[in-house]
Amino acid sequence: MSVYPYLVAGWLMAVGIIGIVRGRNLVQTVICLSVAQSATYVLLLSVGYQRHATPPVFGEPASKPNFHVVDPVVQALTLTDIVVSATVTALLLSLAIQIHKRHGTLDPNELNTLEG
Amino acid sequence: MSFGQGGSSALAPLAIAVPIAVAAILQAASERLPRKVVDAVATATAAAVTGVAAALLAASAGGRVVTWSAGWLPHHGFSVGIVLVVDPVGAGVALVAAGLVTLALVFSWRYIEAAGGRYHALMLLFLAGLEGFSLTGDLFDMFVFFELMGAAAYALTGMKVEDPSSLQGAFNFGIVNSLGAYLSLMGIGLLYAHTGQLGLPQLGHALAGHRPDALVLGAFVLVMAGFLVKGAMAPLHFWLADAHAVAPAPVCLLFSGVMVPLGTYAAFRVYWTVFSGTLPPDDVGRAFVVLGTLTGVVGAVMCLGQRNFKRLLAFSTVAHVGLFLVALGTVDADGTAGAIVYVVGHAGAKGALFLLAGILLDRYGSVDEVNLHGRVRDLRVERWLLVAGGLALACLPPFGTALGKSLAEDAAGAAGYGWAPVLFVGVSALTGGAVLRFTARVGWGLGTPPIVESGTTTGDEERETQPLSRVPITMVIPVVVLLAGALAVGVVPGVGRAASAAAHLFVDGAGYRHQALSGAPTGAVSTAGSGWTTGGVLIGLLSAALAVGVAAAGIWSRAVRRRLPAVAVGAPALKVLRRLHSGHVGDYVAWMVVGVAALGGLVGLPLR
Amino acid sequence: MSPRVRLLVLAVGGIALAVLVVPALVGLPHFGGSVHPYRTHAVVASVAHHSANVISSINFDQRGLDTLGEESIFLASVLGVVVLLRPAEEETETASLGGGPVLESTKLAGYAMVPITLMLGFNIVTHGHLTPGGGFQGGVVLGTGIHLLYVAGTYRALQRARPIQVFDWGEAIGAGAFACLGIASLAMTGAFLAAVIPTAPLGHLFSAGTVPLLNGAVGVEVASGTAVLLAKFLEQAIRVRPAAKETEP
Repeated sequence: MSVYPYLVAGWLMAVGIIGIVRGRNLVQTVICLSVAQSATYVLLLSVGYQRHATPPVFGEPASKPNFHVVDPVVQALTLTDIVVSATVTALLLSLAIQIHKRHGTLDPNELNTLEG
Repeated sequence: MSFGQGGSSALAPLAIAVPIAVAAILQAASERLPRKVVDAVATATAAAVTGVAAALLAASAGGRVVTWSAGWLPHHGFSVGIVLVVDPVGAGVALVAAGLVTLALVFSWRYIEAAGGRYHALMLLFLAGLEGFSLTGDLFDMFVFFELMGAAAYALTGMKVEDPSSLQGAFNFGIVNSLGAYLSLMGIGLLYAHTGQLGLPQLGHALAGHRPDALVLGAFVLVMAGFLVKGAMAPLHFWLADAHAVAPAPVCLLFSGVMVPLGTYAAFRVYWTVFSGTLPPDDVGRAFVVLGTLTGVVGAVMCLGQRNFKRLLAFSTVAHVGLFLVALGTVDADGTAGAIVYVVGHAGAKGALFLLAGILLDRYGSVDEVNLHGRVRDLRVERWLLVAGGLALACLPPFGTALGKSLAEDAAGAAGYGWAPVLFVGVSALTGGAVLRFTARVGWGLGTPPIVESGTTTGDEERETQPLSRVPITMVIPVVVLLAGALAVGVVPGVGRAASAAAHLFVDGAGYRHQALSGAPTGAVSTAGSGWTTGGVLIGLLSAALAVGVAAAGIWSRAVRRRLPAVAVGAPALKVLRRLHSGHVGDYVAWMVVGVAALGGLVGLPLR
Repeated sequence: MSPRVRLLVLAVGGIALAVLVVPALVGLPHFGGSVHPYRTHAVVASVAHHSANVISSINFDQRGLDTLGEESIFLASVLGVVVLLRPAEEETETASLGGGPVLESTKLAGYAMVPITLMLGFNIVTHGHLTPGGGFQGGVVLGTGIHLLYVAGTYRALQRARPIQVFDWGEAIGAGAFACLGIASLAMTGAFLAAVIPTAPLGHLFSAGTVPLLNGAVGVEVASGTAVLLAKFLEQAIRVRPAAKETEP
């Protein structure tokens, strides 16, 4: 199917969101956020794919510069994003660590200092 | 095709790169330099960026400054580079951002007891994110700077690691805002697949004139999701109260003063430049007016029931954002001009109130209305500053908030929303009244101590510094500057005209695209602009008077409840609304999905 | 809200959102198609600036402002982790204990892999403009590769090989260098992050103008930042303990 990868991306985003809503553990919440972000990677990369095209890296004489390459723009966007999201995940996980130390629990149902 | 690539076009990248470079230096030197040097360097950098932004505002007066980064000028309407398009609204937002960061850093000299330069580095990185977000003309670049604002903001919110609620607030903030950003990124991917472009002018050019199909509508809704989460539109607003209740006061100043309004700015910037050629303005405007009204009502009602002053101010921000959305949702230049003036006035008033909350927290270890009852009598000057802030929030003329409100009300009436003044007056009266009630209770000890309802967040908080015996002058001056700024916006002549000219450029999506892609400036728009009208002044006085009445009703609430049984009718609905704000991140995300879908329904259904 | 109500709200919103998004996904150009206008222009621009790796050219030459933003997000996040994982008022950092028993085969594999991994990471960073790779990818390899010392050996070995202060500086230098290179090219040519260094022919080591320099700056930053990040987590787990309370005499 020619739109299958896009639907996979949509499914991943849905799974991530459901995981955050149903989560019983803050670490699981952060991981589900990562899953939601990987949905964007799948979408971007599948948007840029071209059948039977080569990687966008040239080098004489094996691969002369040509236009029959997959889209490098989305690859560029994705690779910087992956590294950055790893660190943002680290930031959220460090919040989770400190929450565990202060509240004694990682269950969002039991965190109740911010009600009303 | 001529792009003036020297001079003023160099300003925008500088405003972004300089704070990053200095932040890197401060982070490296964090343990070695004495605190005063770090303070001086950081404040000087923020002041320098303020100067750059002011120069940009002057350079963009009546037009736009276009910078194609790294010199990749467009050929036949295509460029591989990133464009920075600065019009007066963008430059104005950048100026407000830089100015507020400078004031926040001055306030932090004595207020924040951070060891080393890491707090200052984070603030400068936050500034770089704010500048980049407001100055860029590329959609993916907006996403990148959105994430930069977010990363710095999550860390700044959760800074007080000894405080459990601080960590929970930062966590909720982080999850909800990041998820919004990822939904926006999906929308950007959809647009890229459809058009092969990432820049705002190029995207708008590719979409203009075509009938909107499912792809364009889906992309619109997803792209808006992230910006409206940031902009705290209901029901995507839940994170805001949590984050504001726990972040340090100078950080809250930045959140309410500029970060949250930036979300609404971005939503409408993207609409006008990318989607205005394909999605009809009336449908989109109506959707935002509906959701803006909901936001205003939810914010105002929740604001009244808070005993934690910072949370009270946070909900008042939500309420005012609702009003900004209604003003911008008139989708014409007049409403936009009103929103511009209102946002700037609000930044001054709300910012001053948050800094005052910081002063209270510092002296008394609490911002709780119950615990502070009557205790603030010895802060003689500050309690009057609180009154001034509350009246500014209630849109008392001649504060800038009142001018913005009157411009917006006129525009809304002209656009067919005749009931809008009722909403505006109601929201400003309720939010201003809540602040005045708090001030009267804690500053003068009026009224009996309030009935304590269970299930509300208390206002006891970890101090951000050791208690100071006298309020330092560096903490009072920013408050005064902010209130003076809020006043100046309403008093200085020509503000209305300047805002109107800026608004005309903002809503001119076709002109934006044309100028960015071909370098030809659009002709200067001459508008009469508007200023104070008698009706506007009267309505402003009315809302201020109502605010005082609301405050009085709040103070003597037992008597009111006996005489007005109607108040008791709304109580169960209010309790349900309060329970929805549960602090549980899963709840927030569920409502976020509902809100995004609602926006899509409101825009998409009339299109069928 | 109770969990059931929460799921109900999500279901209502989710179905409505799916009705909006799925038709959009289905309406996208077919997977694997050949219409990619930005790709064509990017390849042309990359070859014009003698950069063999088009992706690196996009990241550092054509859309350099994005990369400046991304690397400052990285800087902010690592800063945030350092701030958030600092020992709280009632905690101290203890001296680290010796590690537990490690299998001989793990030790051998680890110590053998450390130089290989570091060499590989270094190669990926420096040849980012010629082969797939670059500062971000190579930096992560370097930053995590050094932690093989922890897996194969002891925490103390890792600490000796990885002085935190040096890596703190490294991160700042990398991030600052990127911004300063941009400002320098702004001063020289009036365009931020423009390519100002003369370029050798395509495929040579010093081709592609400023791309290798920016690449290197990012590599230094990401490697150092990753090392600092992991160091803070390890410290939090191994060394941060509640401070001993004074006992009454």
